[in-house]
Amino acid sequence: MTERPPKILVTKIGFDGHDRGSRIVAAYLRDAGMDVVYTGPWQQIPAVVKLALEEDIDVLGISSLATDHLLVPKLIEALREAGLGHIPVVVGGIVPPEEEPALRAAGVAAIFHPGASREEIVAEVGRLARLARAAVEGDV
Amino acid sequence: MTASLVERLLRGEPAALARAITAVETESARGRDILRAVQPRLGRARLVGFTGPPGAGKSTLVGAYVGELRKRGKSVGVIAVDPSSPISGGAILGDRLRMTEHAGDPGVFIRSLASRGHLGGLSPAASRIADLMDAAGKDVVILETVGAGQSEVEVAEVADVAVVVCAPGLGDDVQAIKAGILEIADVLVVNKSDLPLADRTRRQLKAMLQLRAARVDVAVLSTTATSGEGVAALADAVEAVWAAKGRPPPGTRLKRIIAEAAAREIRAKILASPQLAALSSAVERGELDVATAAAALVRALGED
Ligand SMILES: Nc1nc2c(ncn2[C@@H]2O[C@H](COP(=O)(O)OP(=O)(O)OP(=O)(O)O)[C@@H](O)[C@H]2O)c(=O)[nH]1
Ligand SMILES: [Mg+2]
Repeated sequence: MTERPPKILVTKIGFDGHDRGSRIVAAYLRDAGMDVVYTGPWQQIPAVVKLALEEDIDVLGISSLATDHLLVPKLIEALREAGLGHIPVVVGGIVPPEEEPALRAAGVAAIFHPGASREEIVAEVGRLARLARAAVEGDV
Repeated sequence: MTASLVERLLRGEPAALARAITAVETESARGRDILRAVQPRLGRARLVGFTGPPGAGKSTLVGAYVGELRKRGKSVGVIAVDPSSPISGGAILGDRLRMTEHAGDPGVFIRSLASRGHLGGLSPAASRIADLMDAAGKDVVILETVGAGQSEVEVAEVADVAVVVCAPGLGDDVQAIKAGILEIADVLVVNKSDLPLADRTRRQLKAMLQLRAARVDVAVLSTTATSGEGVAALADAVEAVWAAKGRPPPGTRLKRIIAEAAAREIRAKILASPQLAALSSAVERGELDVATAAAALVRALGED
C-alpha cells in the first residue's frame, strides 16, 4: 500500500473570473506535496459535485472574491445529496465578517481571509484532508 | 463490503468506480481484491492512448474526441496523467480544465492522476485503472500522458491504439519530436492546424515517417481541437486501426503486467541482496567483470 498525497479540488463557482488567488493557493498546496485538481472559474454546482465524486477528493476549496461564497451552502447541500457529505469544504478569499456565521452553520470547515499565510492554509487543508481520508477508510 | 463495491462497480456506479480507483491507485490489498474479482469480466473496452509534447493540445483534443465518441453513442472513461513535481511530490492536475464541455454528462467519467515517481510517465496503476473503467462498462477508455521519457513507450504497450499529438512550432522544427514517439504512433496528429506552420509540420512528419519505413501505414491527420475540425476524421482513423489490429490474443496484457510486477520485486531483492556489495567490490578491484558478477548474483538469488 502506498500513501496517496492529499487530493484537493481548487475551484471557483459563480460569476467572478478572477482566478489569481486560486492559482496561487493551488501552487502552495502542490509545493506542500499535495495533488491539486484545478479547474478555473465559472463552474456549475452539479459539475463540481460530479468532479468531486469522480476524483475522490479529500478537500474541496472554493475561492471567492465577490459574492460566490453565497453559493457555498447550496454546494454543500448538493454534495450531501450525492453522498459526499464527508468532504470538507473550505472557502478562501473575501468573506464579510457578518456572513461568516451563515457559512459555518452550513458546514464550511475553514475560511481563509486575505491575510492568511501559506503555512496556515497548508496546515489546515492537510489536517482536514487526513481527517476526511480516515473517515472514508473507516467507512469501508 | 468489497463484494458489494465490486457489484456496484460492475453496474457502472460512478461512486463505486471512484472508490475502486483510489484503492488501486494506492496499491492497497482492497484494490488487489477488486481487480481479482473483476478480472474475468475485462476486455470489452477499447483503450486509446494520447501522448505528445507538453502543450500540444492533448487535453483539448481528448475533450473534442470524447464529444465525437458521445455523438457515436459510446460511453467514455478518461485517465489524465499529469507530472508530479520532482521536488515536492505534489502535482497540479489541470487536464480536465480543457474538458469542461463534458462536466454534466453522466456518460463520461474523468479521473486525473499524478505520475508520482514515474517521471512524466505512467504509473503502473494507470493500466489497472483503465481495467476498472472497462469493468464499469465504459466503451472507450482514453489515457492522456505527456510524451516524455518512457511514457510514450508505456502508452503504446498499454493502449490498443496510440495517438501521438504534435503541434506546429513546438521547438524549432519536428526534430524536437523524439524519435521514439514516431515509432509508437498508430495515428499521428498535427493539432493546432489553425496556426501558420501547421502544413509544414505535417509534411515534415510525413517525411520522417517515410525515412523510418517500418510504418508507412500510419495516418497523419490535421486537427484544430479548439474548433473540433478534423476530430471526426481522427475518430474514424482510430476505429480503422482498431479494426486492422483486432483484439490482442487473450493474456497478452496480463502476462506483461505480471512480468512487470515480478521484475519490480526481483529488482528490489537484488538491490537489497548482501552479495551485491561483495560482488561490486570484486569488480572494483578488477577481480571480476560485470557480466560474471551479474551472473553470480542471479545464481545467488535463485538459491534463497
Ligand atoms: N490555436 C490552437 N490552440 C489550441 C488548440 N488545441 C489546444 N490549444 C491550446 O493550447 C494550449 C494547451 O492545450 P492543452 O490541451 O492543455 O495541451 P496539453 O497537450 O494537454 O498540455 P499538457 O497536458 O500540459 O502537456 C491551450 O491554451 C489550448 O487552448 C488548437 O487546435 N489550436
Ligand atoms: Mg493535458
